[in-house]
Amino acid sequence: MTAFAANLTQGVYIVTILLVIVGIMRLRTPATARSGNLLAAFGMLLALGVTLLYVPLVNWLVMTAMLVLGAGIGTWAARTVKMTAMPQMVALFNGMGGGAAALVALGEALRILLQGAAPPLAVSIPGAFTVLIGAISFAGSMVAFAKLQELIGGRPITFSGQKILHAVLFALLLVAAALAVSGGPLGRETPLIILAVGAAVLGTLVVLPVGGADMPVIISLLNSLTGLAAAATGFVLGNDVLIVAGSLVGASGTILTQLMSRAMNRPISNVLFGAFSSVKQGTDQTVGGEVRATSTEEVATLLAYASRVVIVPGYGLAVARAQQQVRDLMVALEGRGVDVRFGIHPVAGRMPGHMNVLLAEADVPYDRLYEMDAINPEFSRTDVVLVVGANDVTNPAARNNPGSPIYGMPVLEVDRAKVVVVLKRSMAPGFAGIDNPLFLMDQTRMLFGDARTSLTELVTALRDVD
Amino acid sequence: MTGNLVQELLVFMLAVFVGFQLISKVPSVLHTPLMSATNAIHGVIVIGALVVCATAHGPVELTVGAAAVFLGTLNVVGGYVVTDRMLEMFRHNREQPGNRP
Repeated sequence: MTAFAANLTQGVYIVTILLVIVGIMRLRTPATARSGNLLAAFGMLLALGVTLLYVPLVNWLVMTAMLVLGAGIGTWAARTVKMTAMPQMVALFNGMGGGAAALVALGEALRILLQGAAPPLAVSIPGAFTVLIGAISFAGSMVAFAKLQELIGGRPITFSGQKILHAVLFALLLVAAALAVSGGPLGRETPLIILAVGAAVLGTLVVLPVGGADMPVIISLLNSLTGLAAAATGFVLGNDVLIVAGSLVGASGTILTQLMSRAMNRPISNVLFGAFSSVKQGTDQTVGGEVRATSTEEVATLLAYASRVVIVPGYGLAVARAQQQVRDLMVALEGRGVDVRFGIHPVAGRMPGHMNVLLAEADVPYDRLYEMDAINPEFSRTDVVLVVGANDVTNPAARNNPGSPIYGMPVLEVDRAKVVVVLKRSMAPGFAGIDNPLFLMDQTRMLFGDARTSLTELVTALRDVD
Repeated sequence: MTGNLVQELLVFMLAVFVGFQLISKVPSVLHTPLMSATNAIHGVIVIGALVVCATAHGPVELTVGAAAVFLGTLNVVGGYVVTDRMLEMFRHNREQPGNRP
C-alpha cells in the first residue's frame, strides 16, 4: 500500500469513528435518533468504500457476490420482520456478526500459517480470543433466535452437573487456545479448529438453559461479546476502526446488560445459571382475598368518569396483537378529556424498550410513554389503572414480601391507585410462575378475556356512556 | 503491526470509556433501537472480512473469507435497515391523536 493510500484510509477511518460516535449521541432523543442511525450507517459505508478501494482485487467476483447477497438478504429480512419479532431478529444479526468475527480471525490465522510463519503473540492472542468469543456468540445467538422464534421450547432446560460441564468445557477451550497461540505437537491449525467448534458447543449449552423471560439479558450480553470479538479482530488486523467500533459496542452492551439485570433484580450469574427454579420453594404462601370479576360496561363507566388513567402494557398485549386497540382506547378517552398515560416497565416485552417500539408502531405518541421512575409517584393521584397483559412487573410482593422470589425487583406501584382493572386471559400465573396478590386486593377488578376483544368492546362501550 | 500494540490498547481503552459514557445517557424508551443500532455497528467486522477475503489464496481461505463477508454484510446492512424502520415510527409521533373515526 502506498503512503497516500494508507493516509487516506486512516483519514476516512477517523471520519467513520466520528460519525459512529455522533450517531450514538443522537440516539438520546427520539427526535434525532433516526438521523443518528443514518449517520452511523453512512460512516460505515465510507469505511467500506475506502477499504474496497485499496484491497487486492484477485477475488473481486467472490467479494462482490457475497456483498450483494448479504445486503439483499439482510435488507429483505429487516424490512419484512414484524415488530413483535424484533428480539429474535437482533439475535440473528448478532449471531451473524459473531460468526463473521470468528471466521475473520480463522482466515487471517490460516493465511499467516500457510506462509509457514509463526504469528507474533500480539496477533495470535487476540486471534484466539476472537475465535473463542465469536463462536460462543454465534452459537448462543442462534439458540436464542430458535428459542424466541419458538423453534425449540422456551422453557429452561436444566440438568444436574450442568455448571460443572460448562466449567470443564471452558477450561478445555482455554487449553486449546493456549495451544493455538504457543504451537505444539498438533501444530496451530488443529487447536484453532477445536477451539472454534468447542466454543460453539459451549455457546449452545450456556444459552439452552436460559428461560424465555431472561432472553433480553442474554441477547444484550451476546451483543456485547460480538462487539468485543470485533474489537479483537482489530488487533489481529491492526485496524483502528474495528477496535473503536467493536469496543464501543462491547461497552454499551455491558451497560445495557447491567441495566436490565438491575430492572429484573437478578444478577447476571443468576440469569446464566439459575432460572427461577432455585427460589421457587418460597412461593406457596397463601394470599388472602378474593377475585372480583367485572364487566366491560362497568370498566367503561369507570374510565369515562376518571380524570387520570394510566395504562400498563405488558407482553400479553403484543401476544394478543392489541396495540392498535389500546391506541383506540387512548384516543376515545382523550376525546372525553381524560388524561391518559402509559406506564412502562423497563423489561416489558421481550427486550428492553420493546414495548415502546410496539406502541410507537401503533402511533401512540412517545410523550405519553412514561418510564417506571416517572410514573410511580403518579399512581396515588390516578383514578384507574388499566393493566393489559402485564403481571410480574406489577406484583406488589416485590415491595412488601421478603419471601417472594421477585422481592426487591423494581415494579410499577399500580396498587397505589384508586382502582386497578386487570385485563387477563385467566388466573394463570405470569412468566415467572409467581402468584400476584394484586389480583386479590380490594381495589382490583379482573376483566377476563382476550385483550384485543376486551379493548375493542371497551371502546364500543365507551360510546354508550353519557 | 506489533509496534503499534501500545497505541492500539490506548485506542481500545478510550473507546470503551466513550462507549460507557454514550450509552448511560440513552433513555430506556430507546433501548431496543439502541441495541439494534449497536448490533449494526459491530457489523464493522465486514471490513476485516473484506481484507481477509481479498488476500485469501487457497480454496479453504477463500471459503472462510467469503463466508465472513456474507455474514458481516448481513449483520451490518440488516442491522441498520431494521433500526431505521423502528426509529421511523418514533418520528411520526409528534402528531396529535384524536382524528381517527
